[in-house]
Amino acid sequence: MSEQTSTSWQPSASDFAPKPKHQTADAITRPAMSYWQDAWRRLKENKRALFSLYLIIGLVTFTLAGPYLWTIDPSAQDLDQIGMAPGADRNVTIAPAYQPWYGPTDDQTYANDNALGLTLVGNATSQAVRLAWRGNDYDQADYGYKIYRTLFPLDAGDAFGLPLMESKNHYFEDRLDLQPTDYYYTVVALDSQGVETDQFATLKLTVKRVITVLEAQQRGLTKNGPVAEGEQIKLALHPFGTDYLGRDMLARLIYGGQVSLFIGIFAPLLYVLLGVIYGSIAGFMGGAVDQLMMRFADFAVALPFLLFMILLKVIFGIGPGESGVLPMLVAMVILLWPAPARLVRGQILQIREEGYVSASQLLGAKTNYLVFRHMIPNTMGVILVTITFQVPSAIFTEAFLSFIGMGVAPPTPSWGSMCNDGIKSMLTRPHELFFPALFISITVLAFNLLGDGLRDALDARMRNRE
Amino acid sequence: MRSKSTSNSNTHSNSLSRQLGLYFVLAIVFVAGLLLALNQLAGLMGTATQEAQAVDFANNSISAVLREEPPQLDSSKATDSTSGLVLGHIMEGLLRMDLQDRLSPAIAERWEVTPTHATFWLRKDAKWSDGKPISAADFIFAWQLALKPETGSEYASLLYPIENAEAINTGKLPASALGVSAPDPHTLVVKLTRPIAFFDKLVVFPTFLPIREDFYNATQGRFGSDAKDLLYSGPYTIKSWVHGASMLLERNPHYWDSNRGKLAQINFAYITSDATATLNFFKDERIALARLQAENLTEALRLKWPIRRFADGTVFYLEFNHREDHLSRNLNFRKAIQHALDMEELVYKVTKLPGYLPGKSLFPEWLIGVEKTLREEYPASTVTVDSAKARAYLALAKEELGLAEFPEITLLTSDNPVSNIQSEWLQEVLKQTLGLTIKIDKQIFKQRLAKMSSGEFGLLLGGWGPDYNDPLTFGDLFASWNLNNRGRYKSEQMDALVATAQNATATPDRMKAFGAIQQQLFDDVVILPMYERGVTYVVHPQLKGVKRRVIGAETDYTYAYIDPDA
Amino acid sequence: MLRYTLKRLVLGILTVWFIATATFFGMHAVPGDPLSNDKSTTAQIRANLEAKYGLDKPLLTQYAIYLKNISQGDFGISFTQENRKVNDIIKEHFPISAILGILAIVFAALGGILWGALTALYRNRWPDSVIMFLVILGISVPSFVIAAISQMFLVNINTLAGTTVLPVGGWGTVWHMIVPAMVLGLSTMAYLTRLMRSSMLEIVNTDYIRTAQSKGLPKTRIFSRHQLRNAILPVVTVLGPAIAGITTGGFVVEIVFAIPGLGRYFVEAIQQLDYTVIMGTTVFYGAFLVFMVILVDLLYGWIDPRVRINP
Repeated sequence: MSEQTSTSWQPSASDFAPKPKHQTADAITRPAMSYWQDAWRRLKENKRALFSLYLIIGLVTFTLAGPYLWTIDPSAQDLDQIGMAPGADRNVTIAPAYQPWYGPTDDQTYANDNALGLTLVGNATSQAVRLAWRGNDYDQADYGYKIYRTLFPLDAGDAFGLPLMESKNHYFEDRLDLQPTDYYYTVVALDSQGVETDQFATLKLTVKRVITVLEAQQRGLTKNGPVAEGEQIKLALHPFGTDYLGRDMLARLIYGGQVSLFIGIFAPLLYVLLGVIYGSIAGFMGGAVDQLMMRFADFAVALPFLLFMILLKVIFGIGPGESGVLPMLVAMVILLWPAPARLVRGQILQIREEGYVSASQLLGAKTNYLVFRHMIPNTMGVILVTITFQVPSAIFTEAFLSFIGMGVAPPTPSWGSMCNDGIKSMLTRPHELFFPALFISITVLAFNLLGDGLRDALDARMRNRE
Repeated sequence: MRSKSTSNSNTHSNSLSRQLGLYFVLAIVFVAGLLLALNQLAGLMGTATQEAQAVDFANNSISAVLREEPPQLDSSKATDSTSGLVLGHIMEGLLRMDLQDRLSPAIAERWEVTPTHATFWLRKDAKWSDGKPISAADFIFAWQLALKPETGSEYASLLYPIENAEAINTGKLPASALGVSAPDPHTLVVKLTRPIAFFDKLVVFPTFLPIREDFYNATQGRFGSDAKDLLYSGPYTIKSWVHGASMLLERNPHYWDSNRGKLAQINFAYITSDATATLNFFKDERIALARLQAENLTEALRLKWPIRRFADGTVFYLEFNHREDHLSRNLNFRKAIQHALDMEELVYKVTKLPGYLPGKSLFPEWLIGVEKTLREEYPASTVTVDSAKARAYLALAKEELGLAEFPEITLLTSDNPVSNIQSEWLQEVLKQTLGLTIKIDKQIFKQRLAKMSSGEFGLLLGGWGPDYNDPLTFGDLFASWNLNNRGRYKSEQMDALVATAQNATATPDRMKAFGAIQQQLFDDVVILPMYERGVTYVVHPQLKGVKRRVIGAETDYTYAYIDPDA
Repeated sequence: MLRYTLKRLVLGILTVWFIATATFFGMHAVPGDPLSNDKSTTAQIRANLEAKYGLDKPLLTQYAIYLKNISQGDFGISFTQENRKVNDIIKEHFPISAILGILAIVFAALGGILWGALTALYRNRWPDSVIMFLVILGISVPSFVIAAISQMFLVNINTLAGTTVLPVGGWGTVWHMIVPAMVLGLSTMAYLTRLMRSSMLEIVNTDYIRTAQSKGLPKTRIFSRHQLRNAILPVVTVLGPAIAGITTGGFVVEIVFAIPGLGRYFVEAIQQLDYTVIMGTTVFYGAFLVFMVILVDLLYGWIDPRVRINP
């Protein structure tokens, strides 16, 4: 061999020496980046995604740092300010304690400007409105009266409003949900059959909100020194208004966020993750394994959710009043993974047949590599959409489960259950629904934008482009 | 990549959006076709709802809503209020309550109750909806049916005052042994096991309604489950019953009393429990009567609807667990809670519906005593809410129980919004006033019942609706043998009082016993009455004469009529 | 293909049997029982009732009897609607849920595909943002709020028009269905919109699209033949379970619009612990779901030749 070639070229030792490095010529113009570094870089460049990250950080800060900044107890009830809209009038007068009333004294004088002599006794306050009337005993027998109240001026022929009482007495004390506003009281005389006659009198009056010294103390309104009767002070400030029991909405939103964000983020993350793993194994293995695994998924998805939630609650032994957040999380993971699993399996089946997967396989890529390098990144878009969509659904599932006594125990709030409570009074007190719904919407928006950003960032095909 | 795609994306997306537009048009055509097909399909199924019109003067008919579907209309088995409502329109028994809530003759023209017997003389013109006369045998058959063990009637025990009834129900005697006889087709004689002063009031209950044997047998076990499987004795018949959807009642031409059944048709056009939906139907003039929630009151006032209210007769109370090892066994503990909870605050500020009355007694205000109402004759004792006193009682309890600190107390409630609010209010008040930690145990219906029976609660939000118009329907609740005494309160004195109330025949003696029961419930703080429930509702201005009842049909349209001028 | 279908059917029956078994024992393990009521009954009356429903027998015997009955297609008699057969309940109310569900799914699928494709085409431009906003609004508000608001809206339209434009509730004609179906399909539509957008974006960069582009095929043809058809795949995947989900999940819409569908019975049965109705509806829905999944898998093979399963 060597003799044949020796005529043309003789190798020397120097030929086998390493070539000197040409640092300038082969320099890489940008640092080598791993897949994840690259993804992070692209995420940071996406303004929408970045905005969503700030939103999420903001929400988490709101709910975690909130309790230190806004120190109102979320379960404290302020029954003087039930369902107050943000920015409602907070003036209140200190008044003596309520004393029962047994009708007017003998020297009561009656008004003469209406048919029955309907007169207000004392002051109209939020404690009580006391009415007395002379009655119509001078022209017909006295068979009793009906007392009505409304918030709107009455025209001839109008219904008198809310029926408060039917009484044989000539006086009436109203204590039902008195708000500082104008009321129109109507007293109608009845005939012997208990049917309303055309004898009636209407009285307009303005109710003044009052509380007692004791109540002022209980509600912490005496911090600026003691208060005296007749003095006007301001009730506690509720920047986001109050709910149906007069609890501070802001405090409830802060505390409610802890539950809702926890469930809203972790539950979908966990069960979608489980679904992704399950689905990708099924999809990748194919054949009998796939068949078996997917039939099990069908089985799991067909189980009645509510029934098995009740069962899991029993199994986990959650006692009354104990927080069921963790068991609820586990239960949601156990029962809700099949849908994402199906979805991912479908995607994997599709990608498995792609050219680059076959190429990778020919190059000797291992299963792990194939799944984590090719398949999962390529199904990322679908997975992310699923996770982001499960966020509100997890928040509402929590609310529903809490409502039937399986989630967080009252008085712990959550955004979902605040929404549920707010629906009933949607028309009259929209803020009770609006604020929790707003926070849920912001959360969902943030996760959708982040999902979009992540999708773009993690898209393997977009790597190193631009 | 991005620059490349944007360079031609305009032309790209333009042509593509045209393509999409085409698809969009195709989709609309497809949906239109589908809608047409589904319309045909839905029409074929015969489940269509009757066209609802709140008040239809031309056809003399009205429409209304049912809160839920009656499980079935077999009177021997009916237990729920919706069945009671429908049965009140389509059936009539021996006696009924009139417009003034007085006991009045119905199929029985007159009646007589002695300590040993009750006799009913039936009117001769009373007929079934197929034209055949209603005879005493129809009552005997119905009562025997209700008592047969295999029927499984939950209210069979109401018949127990009749001779041998209990033995039949427990399977010891055949149904034919029942102590009821018919000397002639229009006389019904009932043998009583013990003197029972209010037997005539009892027969108003649906379990006592007549059922005709030949018809019952012809339905082959489906009696009461469909319009065709029912025979009617009342002012209305069911013309059509679409399960889960609607029920159309029509005047019964064979009904004897021309004073009832003035409307030609009553169309229960919707079945839904949703309050908002019900209100929307009313607003849309689909139904003539709708319940209002506290949240809708302002809206109803603004629209100037005629609002009515009525107390539905149900009493709600806080039950204490009197079993061994429960804190609430301690009287001072119960007194502490009694002095801490202001039920007026609950009703006036939290529940906020007119018609609700702050609870003072287990016996609601509408119960009749000897002459006036029971509560007028025996006024209920009350305490003034006083947090200092409450704390003093609690300190006493703490000492007696030898506790360093009170443990957490469980409050068992149901999963509806009303008990939600109430339990949260209660929890906060007891925390603020007494420093007690209350854990709310919210359970859905059957799980709550299971816990109520097994006694897994410290406190319980309970309630009781009347079955018949006598104070005893409430009065025997806390006898030691009563299974509805969920807290298992046991007192010989109470048992003796209940026995007197059950067995005495003279009304004054019985009322005195009820007065004493009321006093003992208060002294011993067996329960804490919270409120008497009220219903606030709106009625179409042209619909007159609607009667709301505490017992029987909750909403009674049998006397209702349309006044087109209103 | 036939063999494959048969195999799937056999597996499907096994799945349904598993569902029935798990639900049966799960249901009996839940505390409480169908016979309890607000007012307690005496021990005797309870015993009468238990005997009537066969609840006095050992659990395994009850299970055996139950299996025998459902194998003959008999689901028994409801506990709450005492004289009604569960078969009748399903027969009368399922078609209503199904019609409503079909319409909802059609709205959801068509809307989802169209809006999704649109947002992908106008990615990060205003149509994308507007639809995104609507989608988020649609899923951030619970369905009963949407149902209640849309019903209120209908009432206002009718009041303004002075006549019935659309009925606010009830059942019978196609006019009763439109709004409830839209409300029912809304969240699925939102989901499909986003899913479609995402999978469209993924497909734009695949080799076959590039091949098709380089072949000089018209854009519209690439779009409809390749892009749309491939992007629809994940949509079809979720459609199967979604159909089953929508037909069972119609509870809220059925209550609000007073529609006599099966969803109400299903949810109420669980709260009432009505054993026979729980079993009947679960087994029925399980079978329905399994059938839909098989159907979707077959459909899948038809849309995407790559995943056509070798028999």
